[in-house]
Amino acid sequence: MLSYTEKIREIAGRLLASGAVEMVIGFRQGTIPMMNEPHFAKTPAEVGKLVWDSHCGINLANYLTDRKEKIGIVAKGCDSRNIVTHIIENKIKREQLVVIGVPCRGMVDKRKIAMKCPGEVTAVIETETGITAKGNGFSQSFEKKDVLQHNCSLCIHRNPVIHDELVAEPVDEQKGVDRYADVRAVEAMSPEQRWKYFEDLLSPCVRCYACRNACPLCYCPTCFVDESRPQWVGKGQEPSDVRTFHFLRAYHCAGRCTDCGSCERACPVGINMRVFTKKLEKDSLDLFGWEAGLSLEVRPPLDVYRPNDPNDFIK
Amino acid sequence: MEHMGIEPGRLQFSWISSAESTKFVNVATQVTQSIKALGPNTQFIKKLAEVA
Repeated sequence: MLSYTEKIREIAGRLLASGAVEMVIGFRQGTIPMMNEPHFAKTPAEVGKLVWDSHCGINLANYLTDRKEKIGIVAKGCDSRNIVTHIIENKIKREQLVVIGVPCRGMVDKRKIAMKCPGEVTAVIETETGITAKGNGFSQSFEKKDVLQHNCSLCIHRNPVIHDELVAEPVDEQKGVDRYADVRAVEAMSPEQRWKYFEDLLSPCVRCYACRNACPLCYCPTCFVDESRPQWVGKGQEPSDVRTFHFLRAYHCAGRCTDCGSCERACPVGINMRVFTKKLEKDSLDLFGWEAGLSLEVRPPLDVYRPNDPNDFIK
Repeated sequence: MEHMGIEPGRLQFSWISSAESTKFVNVATQVTQSIKALGPNTQFIKKLAEVA
C-alpha cells in the first residue's frame, strides 16, 4: 500500500503533462499526523506532494460536485462508489473524469490510536501491516487491523468499482463480514431504550455540521438546516432540533450512502452518526436488494417505481 | 422514526384518493383512536426557556 504513492504521482504527472486532465485530486500530508488533506494538483510540478498511506480517509468525491473541467481523481472503493452516485445524480459527467483507482486495505482511526497513547502523537511511521505512533517520551506500535476505522473493518467493496487507471492489483475483498450487528443491536431494544440510546449518542453534538460538509452526498446549494424561510428546524442545541438534524440528514442519504465513514471521521466530538445512515443502508439492502454506487446502469430504488416495491406501511 | 425510539403506531402513513371519502373518514377515525390510546406525546417536545 505504501508503494502506491510513487505510482499515484507517476499517473498524475502523466495525466497533467499530456493535458488529459486539468487537475488531479488526491491527498497530501496534513499539518498534523494522521490528518491527510485533499490536494489539488494543477501542474506536473505539484504532483510531488501527493501521498498515499492509511490516513486518506476523506471522501474525495466531495470535491467533484458541479465541476466543469476534466479531473483526475484518486479513488478508494468507497470514493469510487460515491463518484458513481455523483454521475448518476448528474453532479459530474463520466467523460470529465479519469479515475485513478486505489485498491484499499482500510483507513486508520486516529482516535483509536490517540486513545491508546499516553500523550500527544507528533509523528506516525507506517509499514505494510503496522503503525508506530511517537510523541514526547513514548513510541507505541499497533497492528493496523486493530486500529482500522469501524466502517473500514466492515468494508466489502475495497476495490474501486470504476477506474481508468489502477495503482496496484486489486486486493482481496473481505468475506463473511457481519455489516449490521450494530443496527440489529438497536433494533432489539425497546422504544424507550432506543430513544435513550440516541439521546446519549447525540448529547455531545455541537451542530458544527462537519459531518454534512465532509459528506459527498450533501451537496445542496442551501442545506435544510441553513434555510430560514421557511425555517425547517431550530438552529440551537435543543435536543429535539439536534435529533431532527441528524435523522433528516440520514434520510437524505437513504439509498445513496456508501458508509465511507467521512461523517464520523470529521466529527470533532466523535459521534458515530453512522448508526443512522447504516439503518437506512440496511433497509435499502433488505427491502430493495440495493447497495449504493455499484453500477452506472441501474437507477437507485428511490428513483424508480417497481410494481413489487414494498408498501406494507401504507394503510 | 421507530428505529429512533418513537413509539410504534405514533407515526402512520396512508394513501387516500380525493374520491375515497369513506376511506378518509375510516382512516382518520382509526388514527385518532389509536393515537389517543397511546396518550400524550412525550418526544420531540421543546420546553420554552424559563424566564425569571
